[in-house]
Amino acid sequence: MAQLHNAGKIEHQLSQAEHHDHPDMEEMRTFGFWIYLMTDVIIFGTLFATYIVLQGNTNGGPGPKDLFQMGGIIASTFILLTSSYTSGLAVLAMHKGNRNALLGWLGATVALGATFIIMEINEFTHLVNEGATISTSAFLSAFFTLVGTHGLHVLLGLVWMVALMIQIAKRGITPVTKRKVNVISLFWHFLDVVWIFVFTIVYLMGVS
Amino acid sequence: MWERVKTFASEFFVTGDPMIYGADASIVITMIGIVFGLTYFNKWGWLWREWLTTVDHKKIGIMYILAAFLMLFRGGVDALLMRAQLAAPELSLLAPDHYNQIFTTHGVIMILFMAMPFMFGLFNVMVPLQIGARDVAYPFLNALSFWLFFSGAMLFNLSFVIGGSPDAGWLAYPPYSGIMHNPGVGQDFYIWGIQISGIGSLMTGINFIVTILKMRAPGMKLMKMPMFPWSVLSSCIAIIFSFPILTATLALLFLDRYAGAHFFTLDGGGNPMMYINLIWMWGHPEVYIIVLPAFGIFSEIVSTFAKKKLFGYKSMVYAMMIISILSFLVWAHHFFTMGSGADVNAFFALTTMLIAIPTGVKVFNWLFTMFRGKITFETPMLWTMGFIPCFIVGGLTGVLLSVAPADFQFHNSYFLIAHFHQVIIGGVVFGYFAGLYYWWPKLFGFKLNERIGKWAFWFWNIGFYLCFMPQYALGLMGMTRRVVTYGWDKGWWEMNLVSTIGAGLMGIAFLFQVWQIVYSVKHLQKDETGDPWNGRTLEWSIPSPAPHYNFATLPQVTSQDEWWEEKQRRLQGIATPATKITEPIHMPKNSGIPIIMSMFWFFTGFGFIFDWLWLAIPGLVGVVVCMLIHSFNYDTDYYIPVEEIKHTEAAIRGVTS
Ligand code: HEM
Ligand SMILES: [Cu+2]
Repeated sequence: MAQLHNAGKIEHQLSQAEHHDHPDMEEMRTFGFWIYLMTDVIIFGTLFATYIVLQGNTNGGPGPKDLFQMGGIIASTFILLTSSYTSGLAVLAMHKGNRNALLGWLGATVALGATFIIMEINEFTHLVNEGATISTSAFLSAFFTLVGTHGLHVLLGLVWMVALMIQIAKRGITPVTKRKVNVISLFWHFLDVVWIFVFTIVYLMGVS
Repeated sequence: MWERVKTFASEFFVTGDPMIYGADASIVITMIGIVFGLTYFNKWGWLWREWLTTVDHKKIGIMYILAAFLMLFRGGVDALLMRAQLAAPELSLLAPDHYNQIFTTHGVIMILFMAMPFMFGLFNVMVPLQIGARDVAYPFLNALSFWLFFSGAMLFNLSFVIGGSPDAGWLAYPPYSGIMHNPGVGQDFYIWGIQISGIGSLMTGINFIVTILKMRAPGMKLMKMPMFPWSVLSSCIAIIFSFPILTATLALLFLDRYAGAHFFTLDGGGNPMMYINLIWMWGHPEVYIIVLPAFGIFSEIVSTFAKKKLFGYKSMVYAMMIISILSFLVWAHHFFTMGSGADVNAFFALTTMLIAIPTGVKVFNWLFTMFRGKITFETPMLWTMGFIPCFIVGGLTGVLLSVAPADFQFHNSYFLIAHFHQVIIGGVVFGYFAGLYYWWPKLFGFKLNERIGKWAFWFWNIGFYLCFMPQYALGLMGMTRRVVTYGWDKGWWEMNLVSTIGAGLMGIAFLFQVWQIVYSVKHLQKDETGDPWNGRTLEWSIPSPAPHYNFATLPQVTSQDEWWEEKQRRLQGIATPATKITEPIHMPKNSGIPIIMSMFWFFTGFGFIFDWLWLAIPGLVGVVVCMLIHSFNYDTDYYIPVEEIKHTEAAIRGVTS
């Protein structure tokens, strides 16, 4: 067995993409990612359902109207939407084969995403300072969990995007990095869509 | 200082029960034994290279099945303890709180750490071989799934000796599982053990969907695929829709316990009923997730041992898909009595009854396949035949339970216990045994002893009916589930005694199975043909055990029972000429990251369970670092050169080159 492995290692280091006997690996990975996204949709769906059931249960504490400051929320919404746009531009640049533009747009996306996260952290600390914590009421538990889960996804996306930028800088645009960029931009758009639901259901409907 | 160590240890380790000291001792002895054995025989390197880091789906499958067997043993010991406690009135073998822990761990282990890994093991060993693929879609992820399951299972099992076991039932209903009523660490072990292994299950679901949809051999249209991969597909679809709900629900329960949130608490505006709904939206599909693959296995076995094409192939496929969809529409039948109102109950009663239709279709298909077949009764077929009456009775009592008004009588009684054990043991466990016996020669290259296997079969079956039939009656006589003891005045003791004797017979049956394996390893009946049952599907067309690249050249598929047809063609002298091996085979490299990353998950879980952030945070960082290392690694595969393949093929086919 081990012998087999070694022999394989020494000979035939063909590059991966160009082998017809094997199903198209990169396409298959993207397909799997779509399925993963669907499972994530269900996780968010569960959290949304929980939020909707519990949003009235403020336990005598503050409700949406008392807490949400729409100015900041609208600003961060625009920032996130813009970052979705820049991630789209990154993909365009990649298809044109322009590595520097690709890195530039990814960098812009990271910067916008980071701003969004910082604003969210600000909002959360502000709420906590006002005494509205996760343990104040069922409504706030559901709020922090739903919005926080979205934030956590954005944060992970950022780490991943930076890692990807390093890989692109080192290796350029290859079938593998190409697939990775496609996948992360898919993820980024997905987070955007989720945020639109958060914005509508939690914030807009909360204060109206 | 010494005093502090002592108080810490007395809280950390569970003390005061001889059974637990016994477990402590056996764990330590086993550990020392393993370490000593590996060192003595100088096998650490072998273990690491060949098993712990492997991405070969067949080896991963074997590890899953091995783990499932160990868990079957642990869960079985729990079951015997419970039955011993209930054998006669007013026994006090187990204290009430200990009894609670045991039925909880028994339920969790059997469903999540026995049935699930057994099922994943069978997916792994057979799906790629049956669809003529060399691998699964994501081999690295596959290894990661296994090690996540393993970490989760270890974490859960540790609760017995460290910190304390969960005791709120296998679905951990709040408010009892909340921090207010359950302040110890047991429920946290529950949450993290299941959460970590659950992530693995979700990834396996995705992996096999893509494998089946994208990696079938050339020519194998979906409607030409064997039935087992179909059942895997339907089960995986249910997995990817239901496991995310479980993930979210457990996370919310964790936030309640850890961060003082109020999702399911009685105060602060929480709503325990939310939990009951959410957990059953996962829990009900879960039971179909584990039973659907068993249906696939039975279909394969019935047609092989009746030497006939499967009757009603298409209706089988539709039936399974319909079951997998319907399983999402019935969850509230688990709490008819909890005040949902008549309309809601009626809806869920109806959807539940509907499931009986596709299930009935399948049973008739199996019967028609056997009809006028030249049946032989080797062990895989015996298990299949044993399954049918058992499942029919279990299914019928299920329909009884689905009648909402009647359920007010049956709910939480031993009637229910008898029902679900009948479908789960008769359907799932018998099914997986059938599959294991059927595919064993393919996996290991030798046959299991049939005679001991038949003893095991009969002990399991007789024990089964003795154990669970009396429980239907007990349920109707008013015995509720999760009672630790009962009085002489109830008139329950005779039936309970019989039930315990039945459980003992099943315990003996398990020993027969162990003996069967040990015996067969000793008296090796090597299978030289690769096709000991005269099979019909592609896995039988290659030597046993399969080489690690499975197929030297990918088969060209033209019909449903491709290998059978090929054999017929050969008999008529029109064999398809073997394709020349001309292409090197692309294979994934082994990786240590899955096991290391899962160890970090283990630390994370353990840290959160004991509120030790100094352990949990480095654990999480470790997880992320492992992911990054994997992402930066582009050297993940290699090619097996043509010469090498020719050489291997010649060797395993007994040709000396
Ligand atoms: C092999 C023989 C088995 C015996 C003798 C047995 C016996 C028992 C007993 C005595 C209980 C507790 C009833 C009560 O007091 O509430 C129980 C509960 C349970 N069993 Fe088994 N069992 C067996 C196998 C299995 C298997 C194979 C599974 C699943 C794959 C399973 C799943 C469960 C579950 C989910 C519960 C409910 C636990 C709870 O109440 O939370 N059992 N079993
Ligand atoms: Cu159900």
